[in-house]
Amino acid sequence: MSEIEIESRNLDLWYGSAQALKKISMAMPEKKVTAIIGPSGCGKSTFIRCINRMNDLVKGCRITGELLFEGADIYGNDMDAVELRKKIGMVFQKPNPFPMSIYDNIAYGPRVHGLRNKEELDRIVEESLKASALWDEVGDLLDQSAVDLSGGQQQRLCIARTLAVKPKVILFDEPCSALDPISTAKIEDLINMLKHDYTIVIVTHNMQQAARVSDHTAFFLLGELVEFGKTKQIFELPDKKSTEDYITGRFG
Amino acid sequence: MKTSERIIEILLFLSAATAVMVVALIIIFLLKEGIPVLAKVGVANFCLGMNWNPIAIAGEPSYGIFPMIVASFYVAIGSLIIAVPLGITCAVFLAEIAPSWARSILKHAIELLVGIPSVILGFIGLVLLVPFIRDHFGGWGFSILTGSIILAIMALPRIISISDDAIRSVPREYKEASLALGATHWHTIRKVILPSARSGIVAAVILAMATSIGETMAVVMVTGSPSILPDPIYDILDPVRPMTSNIVLEMSYATGDHASALFATGIVLFVVVAVLNIISHKALKSKMGTRR
Amino acid sequence: MTSLISPATSDKAAKVMLWVSASIAILTLLFILGYIVVQGLPVLTLSFLLESPRLSGAEGGILPAIVGTFCLMLVALLSAVPIGIGAAIYLAEYAPVGVVTRIISFGVECLAGIPSIVIGLFGYAFLVIYLGFGFSIISGGLALMFMILPWVVRVSEESLKAVPGGLREGSFALGATKWQTVSRVVLPSAVPSITTGVILGVGKAIGETAVIMFTAGSSLLMPTSFFDPVRALPYHLYILASEGISDPMAYGSSVVLLVMVLVINLAAVAIQRHYGRHHVRN
Repeated sequence: MSEIEIESRNLDLWYGSAQALKKISMAMPEKKVTAIIGPSGCGKSTFIRCINRMNDLVKGCRITGELLFEGADIYGNDMDAVELRKKIGMVFQKPNPFPMSIYDNIAYGPRVHGLRNKEELDRIVEESLKASALWDEVGDLLDQSAVDLSGGQQQRLCIARTLAVKPKVILFDEPCSALDPISTAKIEDLINMLKHDYTIVIVTHNMQQAARVSDHTAFFLLGELVEFGKTKQIFELPDKKSTEDYITGRFG
Repeated sequence: MKTSERIIEILLFLSAATAVMVVALIIIFLLKEGIPVLAKVGVANFCLGMNWNPIAIAGEPSYGIFPMIVASFYVAIGSLIIAVPLGITCAVFLAEIAPSWARSILKHAIELLVGIPSVILGFIGLVLLVPFIRDHFGGWGFSILTGSIILAIMALPRIISISDDAIRSVPREYKEASLALGATHWHTIRKVILPSARSGIVAAVILAMATSIGETMAVVMVTGSPSILPDPIYDILDPVRPMTSNIVLEMSYATGDHASALFATGIVLFVVVAVLNIISHKALKSKMGTRR
Repeated sequence: MTSLISPATSDKAAKVMLWVSASIAILTLLFILGYIVVQGLPVLTLSFLLESPRLSGAEGGILPAIVGTFCLMLVALLSAVPIGIGAAIYLAEYAPVGVVTRIISFGVECLAGIPSIVIGLFGYAFLVIYLGFGFSIISGGLALMFMILPWVVRVSEESLKAVPGGLREGSFALGATKWQTVSRVVLPSAVPSITTGVILGVGKAIGETAVIMFTAGSSLLMPTSFFDPVRALPYHLYILASEGISDPMAYGSSVVLLVMVLVINLAAVAIQRHYGRHHVRN
């Protein structure tokens, strides 16, 4: 049984006066893939954006309850959001490479954190690109602009960029929704490789994807956590009627 | 948050506050320089006085700028009478009729026209328009009419581009609905598109008026300099002295109360232009309001 | 509707009218430009560009005025660009929604609406007299800065706001601080369009006369320091024309001024095209 890396206890979230998350309690284990599924607007993206405090950027967002990372309160007074995000990386729905070279994209994080040594940077860039299965494709093109890559390559670049910071957790916010099936398969393979070294939380609207890549699955509906458990159990023998309805495609 | 981040944010805030500070300083310094004369003769006497005689050889100097306020409005309104119909027709042409090649020519021409420095337009007015008006219409050539024409040339591109935007932002469905009812294109433009774009166009016109009243170089070279009302008042071939000209013509040798009176002229000009700008903004805002 | 003219005819007539008025606008422009160029070209010799004026500008060249204009622009740009971009970054990236921000935006709009002659008066009272800068390049340049600052703020703010939000998120998610995100990702992405905007601002400011006539002075000597007075080219043109010193010289100066404006605008377009090609793909 692995350790709990991230735990949420009675987490509530409001945007202004609208409550987007209601009493979310779940524990995400270390070096496992936790998938969060549910129909659009169920709060699943909102939830993982709490984990690395991306919601800090949203005006009028208010949070109560507890969200713990390695036992420390993510929203505690002594938690520095910048430090937190070094340990909890994120890959977004739409690939968002910076308009600079491939090399500079990967080196961005380490540089921002003060690394200046060229050899060290070279090594990190190579390692990160290899770990994200992109080295063979772009290893010779490091000086090219990252925005010229294909959508799938851009997304793997964003994963490599995240790996370069050496996080413990990687959050994926619907990473394949803008990609074609082949690119999607590559990203899924990658996630299966990465889970040996990283704790992964992935939000997806694609149930097959959740079934393929995750160890645990949480089903969100209208801001509430309906059901959370082993992926196999959620998909084969859900406790709740609404989970079964969603998984069998009766709504959503 | 790290202190360096905090310091940077403060520096950025100070940059952002610069514009506000400059506006405040402008108001403070205009008042500081202009108030002596305003206090001495009174605001009402200053604005409504008919006599401008700052360097009285014998007797008291007098500071009345009413003829100049009238002149500023006269010239500005004259320019609008010329530029607005032409500008709106050009905008309609641009937005509705023009094939793409004509549109691109006109757009570039407008950009070029905006770029011509006003002093050059004033110069052109001086060497071409003044003699032309003198020879064909009579009078001195330096006149309300001349100033209006030059200002109209300056106002034209502004009116065209804002009206063009206003017309283009009229929802397509309005136009299609009208055309589908069998109205001609022109009828649709006149009865549907222009009324919908009206508030945007009104805002453009008021803005153009504010700019015209504040315009200096083009005006001072072509309107002449007498600080009296035209006689008769409707004689657009009479020379006049708008407020901006007053400042330019006398600032270089004014001292004491005289200089103060020129700053006071600046205050009046500032207030008039600010009021027009605010009205124009209001007109645009109310358009946004009804759109939603 | 009872009308003597059929709808179809009036439609046609109206369209003809529209074509005519658009043509009038174009022809007016062409006439003005053509007239100046035809009159001014004979004056344009190398010595006109490279000599100092003699007899108040009735003879000789306009070199000090060109240098003066250049120096004024330099001071205006060096002061307006950092302050303007800083202000834009604050407004676009930092400013909380609220009263302070609204006051700042309002201040920028106000400054943009103030007539240039009023800024000239202010520059005279504040820079020349109060701060004791005298009639000088510094005074004139700073007065011009007051004039172009709102423009720089506005174009920079728009350019920053056009940078996709995903880039900011991407940077934050890597543990970058706000300033790191702004200075390393957002600002570089906005630089091409900010540059274009600033250059266009220079094009507007270069012909500005009312602001500098009471601040930069009217000396026809070559400046030796930033505290020397200069007579900028548009002011020189004004004096040549309004005091009847020399019409040919005034035409020549007009052509030079027009060419400057044209070159500046073309440069802005060229930069926009160049970078536009590289960034659209994103």
